[in-house]
Amino acid sequence: MTNTIADIEKADVILVTGSNTTENHPVISSFIKRAVKFKNKKLIVIDPRKIKLVEFADIWIRPALGADVAWINGLMHVIIKEDLYDKRFVEERTVGFEQLKEITAKFTPEYAEKITEIPADKIIEAARLYAGAKAGSILYCMGITQHITGTDNVKSLANLAMLCGNLGIEGGGVNPLRGQNNVQGACDMGGLPDVYSGYQKVILPEMRQKMETAWKVPILPDKPGLKATEMIPNAHTGELKALYVIGENPLVSDPDLNHAKKCMEHLDFLVVQDIFLTETAKLADVVLPSKCFAEKDGTFSNTERRIQRVRKAVEAPGHARDDWKIISEIALRMGYSMHYEDSEKIMEEIAFVTPSYGGITYQKLEKEGGIYWPCPNTEHPGTPILHVGTFPIGKGVFNAIDYIEPAEKTDEEYPMYLTTGRIIYHYHTGTMTMKSEGLNERAPECFVEITNNDAEKYKLIEGGKVNVTSRRGEIDAVVKISDKAVSGTVFIPFHFANAAANMLTNAALDPISKIPEFKVCAVKLSLVEAN
Amino acid sequence: MNNKNQIIINGNKLSFERGETILNVARRNNIEIPTLCELKGASPTGACRICVVEVKGAKALITACSTSAENGMDVMTESPDVISSRKETLNLLLASGNHNCAISGVKDWTQFQLNVCKDEGNNEELCPSWGECKLQDLCFRYQAIGGQYEQKRTKYPAELANPFIIRDFSRCILCGRCVQACNEIQVNEAINFGYRGADTKIVAAGDRPLKDSDCVFCGECIQVCPVGALVEKDARYTARSWKTEKVKTTCTYCGVGCQIFLHIRNNKIIKVTGDAESPPNYGSLCVKGRFGFDFVNSSERLTSPLIRKDGELKEATWSEALNFTAKNFAKIKDNYGGDSIGVLTSARITNEENYIANKFTRAVLNTNNIDHCARL
Ligand code: SF4
Ligand code: SF4
Ligand code: SF4
Ligand code: FES
Repeated sequence: MTNTIADIEKADVILVTGSNTTENHPVISSFIKRAVKFKNKKLIVIDPRKIKLVEFADIWIRPALGADVAWINGLMHVIIKEDLYDKRFVEERTVGFEQLKEITAKFTPEYAEKITEIPADKIIEAARLYAGAKAGSILYCMGITQHITGTDNVKSLANLAMLCGNLGIEGGGVNPLRGQNNVQGACDMGGLPDVYSGYQKVILPEMRQKMETAWKVPILPDKPGLKATEMIPNAHTGELKALYVIGENPLVSDPDLNHAKKCMEHLDFLVVQDIFLTETAKLADVVLPSKCFAEKDGTFSNTERRIQRVRKAVEAPGHARDDWKIISEIALRMGYSMHYEDSEKIMEEIAFVTPSYGGITYQKLEKEGGIYWPCPNTEHPGTPILHVGTFPIGKGVFNAIDYIEPAEKTDEEYPMYLTTGRIIYHYHTGTMTMKSEGLNERAPECFVEITNNDAEKYKLIEGGKVNVTSRRGEIDAVVKISDKAVSGTVFIPFHFANAAANMLTNAALDPISKIPEFKVCAVKLSLVEAN
Repeated sequence: MNNKNQIIINGNKLSFERGETILNVARRNNIEIPTLCELKGASPTGACRICVVEVKGAKALITACSTSAENGMDVMTESPDVISSRKETLNLLLASGNHNCAISGVKDWTQFQLNVCKDEGNNEELCPSWGECKLQDLCFRYQAIGGQYEQKRTKYPAELANPFIIRDFSRCILCGRCVQACNEIQVNEAINFGYRGADTKIVAAGDRPLKDSDCVFCGECIQVCPVGALVEKDARYTARSWKTEKVKTTCTYCGVGCQIFLHIRNNKIIKVTGDAESPPNYGSLCVKGRFGFDFVNSSERLTSPLIRKDGELKEATWSEALNFTAKNFAKIKDNYGGDSIGVLTSARITNEENYIANKFTRAVLNTNNIDHCARL
């Protein structure tokens, strides 16, 4: 997030898109709901489902699946045409405005309506409301990123925020809500194929040199590596021989699971390090038991870039070990010493090689409770709001982006759209939440959320079973008739391994982020007769 | 500073900001006024009248939590009138339901404490919130022992029909904090006051059980309930506060990173509460963070390394597993180069561990093939 969570309540207008916040980030949703109910702030919800937040919204807009670039461009078209944009911000802090103006010229509300199925007057209304705000905050989640156009969607939202001068101010910002607790930290720490910790690029010779010196190795590879969604297919072709999976369960979370499993079976050597024998671990050659969060010391960085302590509270079961210790032991046996006394010592090294974490020490964290990076030195108070006064690259760049259709459309054979997501009672692939009887009691099984009309069409009854088939696979699940659903589209939560929604989803990837298009695919439905 | 905005509390001249309550002025200056129904972040209701104070010249005692400070007010927070009013309020509250925490009926305090020490709090009759109850604390402080009024019995049976929360109406003092928390803090709008007069009860819409209501089991109401009327089902009698240790950490589920306390007894997490003082969540949690910790102690946890032998995963020692892993990585790296190995690190492990995974991949395996599943 460019801004903090608490900052949400300071926005005049909050625009939430592609985030079912009350289910996925419940505590953040309270900030939004409070702002609307008690602080008279305006809320725009742009989501294909009639999610809970819609009850609080001033405007709810329901775009067709995968049409995000079109409505964002539509909004910008109106804002530019009606002269509602922040001229000073655009002039002083950005480049590329002319190109943006050019590309959005054709996205008249009427043209956008054709693509998005959003009534033209709604687009105008939302544009005026967002542009009229002194401070407008944009919140988004996987509903924006999990498309073949995910990168385009994100850039388009940044365009919109810059156009209205909503960056670098209190209550503004473009705020991605991270799904997993330490996604932010995994990215910050170099858990990405093209950067070291602190987003220092591996292709830059000076960065490589710096890390070579720090790590005392002669030469580091200069070519960016494979992304997760490329590793799996590369296993199939034989280019990837071995995979070391730490705390992930790609065999439920990956798109097109049938294919993913085949790929993994092709590997010469698969190591899985986890707290449970997950679906992925069952395929492994070696399984290494690790500790869970309650058993170790360290830090997590949350979605607002706040670095916070994790503290050991209980002893780990059996022979489970710290993830970092296991990795260091393997390194040692491969002839490289990676010895640390404890996690605090690792943080010292992180601070030394990572400018944005330069001032982070356990002592400072103890004193301040949490620190927002960038925090370049120990005297620095941290940075709750990014981009105040200037962008790291100098000027903000408008990216002129055109609309591209989703990879898979409905047709006669597969007439319904499927979109996937989470529910409040479970987390990701369920390896942790499904160990809790209470959570299972609240959400025991996979379901297919569908409108009353569509259910009637396929003769489905509440609580009965339905078969959902896509071009890639099929699952059976329980029918749940809901007014959250919209006609023509069904929603399936992806947590459940025994009816994994990702048997159905499309592995088509965004060309840059390589994020799969989980949010749109075409399916057909049929009644499963009770026997 | 504006001299006009000044009040006197217990003889101290204090400045205040327009609109500030007497309670807040006092708190800012470390003058303690007891409260029960007042809830930070929510609008004051003035329901319990524990926070009454005496204002010189005023006809009656006033509630400090819901009265704004006014220039020239001369306030006393522990005058004899205030104390007797609080004692009276507490006695009425004790009589309003089942507060069998050994105070009622026992005539002296020593006896009272001895009674409890005797069974170490293992007695299931004893209120589950013993030792952590604001009502009990206040009764102790103002020496209110009940017994003056006829003991009322609630006609509403306790609600146990959900996996997380026990609602024991017999101990509810109708302070309304849970209602405030649900409607004004979490804004889940699941519960409210229902019925009237002596029948008043906290209800979900239509007086349905929580499991059939809009309740999402965030547990905010439990955390703010000052008495034993709302408690965690699993931790009901195990979480006696003086037998548990609290460790502050960060929730392991979503990216909000709520600050939590793990309550530990015998190397086991028995309950989780939010840290009310700390951003980003200021005490709020969701159902996963508050109730989703069973996995830690699950019997399905991996406890030993496993190596595949003859097609099956078999238990192995650490040195076997580590040697085997290192040998295979080294062999594949030698034969096909580092780029033939990939590492999937995790959004669930710590920063320190992710850094180590990044260093291992690049410096030891000599490849940049590292990613995590954030995209998924
Ligand atoms: S658990 Fe949460 S949603 Fe349910 S009644 Fe309590 S505060 Fe409301
Ligand atoms: S349940 Fe607890 S918080 Fe709610 S009104 Fe009763 S005593 Fe107060
Ligand atoms: S308590 Fe809920 S909202 Fe808070 S970090 Fe955990 S999962 Fe996220
Ligand atoms: S705390 Fe003031 S009336 Fe209850």
